Amino acid sequence: MIRMRTTTLTAVAMASTLGLSAGAASAEELRIITWGGYAPDEVVAAFEEQTGIDVQITLSNNEDMISKLRATGGAGFDLAQPSQDRIVGVQRQFNVYKPVDYSRLETANMQASMVEATQQATELDGNYYGVPAVWGTSGLIVHDSVKDIVTDYTDLCSEEVAGQVSYRLKRPTLMGFAFSMGLDPFAAYHDQDAYADILSQVEEKLIDCKANVKTYWTGGDQLLSLLRTGEVKAAMAWDAGGWKLNAEDPEINFVAPESGALGWIDTFAIPRRSENEDAAYQWINFVMQPEIAAKITNASGNFTVSKGADEFVDADLRDAYRASFDDGAIDNIRWYPPVPPGLETVEGQVLDRVQAAK
Amino acid sequence: MRSTGKLSLWLLLTPFALWIVLLVLLPHVQMLRVSFQVRESWDTLAFGVEQYRNFFTESYYWRTFLRTGVMSLFTTLITLLIAFPVAWYIARLARGRAKGWLFLACLVPFWASELVRTYGWMILLRESGLFSAALQGLGWVDGPVEMLYNDVAVIVGLVYNGLLFMVVPLVTTLEGMDDNLVEAGYDLGGGHVTVMREIVVPWAMPGIVSGCIVVFMLTLGSYLTPILMGGKDSAWFTGQIFTQFITRFNWEQGAALGVLLLVLSSLIVWLGLKLTGQSLRKVMG
Repeated sequence: MIRMRTTTLTAVAMASTLGLSAGAASAEELRIITWGGYAPDEVVAAFEEQTGIDVQITLSNNEDMISKLRATGGAGFDLAQPSQDRIVGVQRQFNVYKPVDYSRLETANMQASMVEATQQATELDGNYYGVPAVWGTSGLIVHDSVKDIVTDYTDLCSEEVAGQVSYRLKRPTLMGFAFSMGLDPFAAYHDQDAYADILSQVEEKLIDCKANVKTYWTGGDQLLSLLRTGEVKAAMAWDAGGWKLNAEDPEINFVAPESGALGWIDTFAIPRRSENEDAAYQWINFVMQPEIAAKITNASGNFTVSKGADEFVDADLRDAYRASFDDGAIDNIRWYPPVPPGLETVEGQVLDRVQAAK
Repeated sequence: MRSTGKLSLWLLLTPFALWIVLLVLLPHVQMLRVSFQVRESWDTLAFGVEQYRNFFTESYYWRTFLRTGVMSLFTTLITLLIAFPVAWYIARLARGRAKGWLFLACLVPFWASELVRTYGWMILLRESGLFSAALQGLGWVDGPVEMLYNDVAVIVGLVYNGLLFMVVPLVTTLEGMDDNLVEAGYDLGGGHVTVMREIVVPWAMPGIVSGCIVVFMLTLGSYLTPILMGGKDSAWFTGQIFTQFITRFNWEQGAALGVLLLVLSSLIVWLGLKLTGQSLRKVMG
């Protein structure tokens, strides 16, 4: 009841329009909110043909996904793809997901270690709230001309590359800089004071570094165009973006930083008021087939949890991936643990202060 | 007869009333409520003024607000200075078709959305952009020049966005001015400056004030232009509200900042009206 009263008017309006449109369409429908590239047209068409279910895709990102689901109390979508570290905290605060029934999934198609990791990361009160789907890392995209200078996040602040670097003002940047400064923020997740102390050191560093930055990028396309035109020579970004640029210009590539790339796993999670759970499970099982999963990798540039999909992936992409990650770099990946509630408020204040600093 | 007239009046008013109540009033009331809410978890609820206290204690909030306000005022002033001669030309000097064409020329950029216009400016100003290339081509500079990502670029973009909203009310008021008034001013021995100060400006005052209010509010509330063109130094108050709502899902703080923006900007407009001795009724009527 409390929940009902706290939903905003817009949410009610949105829900009712969604309800109307759902009523108008007679065919069965699956509404997915996901990232660009995770549901390529090809895959959607194959799924629609096989099942007769009409698939509606909404492109989004972590924060936007949470905001949308929060606004409706978990309605409006039948399947979502948040990152695994952003599920438990959000679930505890806003109650927008429902537990995943693993018995309905063909887990044989998935890499067991990742399934286990995601189950651990998304467990709340004995239920699992996420299924691993796609994984990748953030690190550095570097032009050959500066590759000896920029080998770690903090090198973005060195004078040689002044005015030619870019990063986002979001939490991955805070984490990356902390590791690069020899601190371990993940270990301090549950110690508010220690965490605040780490963040204040990072804040100081980022404010000092501000003069070096050309601009804080806010969208993938913006970053790619900055790098493509050569206005920016080094940036903190996702691996897939680096490989995409590498295909256009071999002088640019993704580099795993010395302090370790930051690894994320995007999951499948089922919104609490999903209207077509069956179709959601069907979709998950469908895209985890190796041939289909490989199509997602080719479209998004990121690798999936599907076992045996590697052999169907474009050779170019596989080569670029191997150039960026040797075995040592893979072992060195730091996977995001679940974010406890409350941390993001503190991080937000740090980011705001950096943004407002002169 | 009277009752049917009343009924049709109500019917005519219904869409407007629905719009005001459902899309303007209710969301604002809801926002006001959320802004006083302190939330730890989805099933607990408490009220307090913590969010408002944050605005005054965390210096970056009110500093950003101050910066946004000052830059908006400055933008409004520049828009007025640029728009006045344009409006004067359209209203007093252009004749017949030329007038229509000039007005259209002011309007055409607004057929594209703010986003497209902003990207247009970005293509012109960026380091690998047109202006930089032209300057290098002319041999005036040695290397690429970055003209984007600073306050000047933000103001250029904002002035461009506000221009039309200043030109229209100015043209309307200036058109109504009698030529004889200006001539009488000169006949009585006034110079250009005196005529301008004593006759033209007082006549155009309602247009100036309403144009300024619209441009000021638009600028203060704009989001895309400052964020995209300002880059790393683009601290803009609406940007902070967006960040709180969307990036941090901290609706409570976002709502408090939104309410403060509404209250403080209304206060600034009220002050402006008081200082210029205008009333809202006269300006808008």
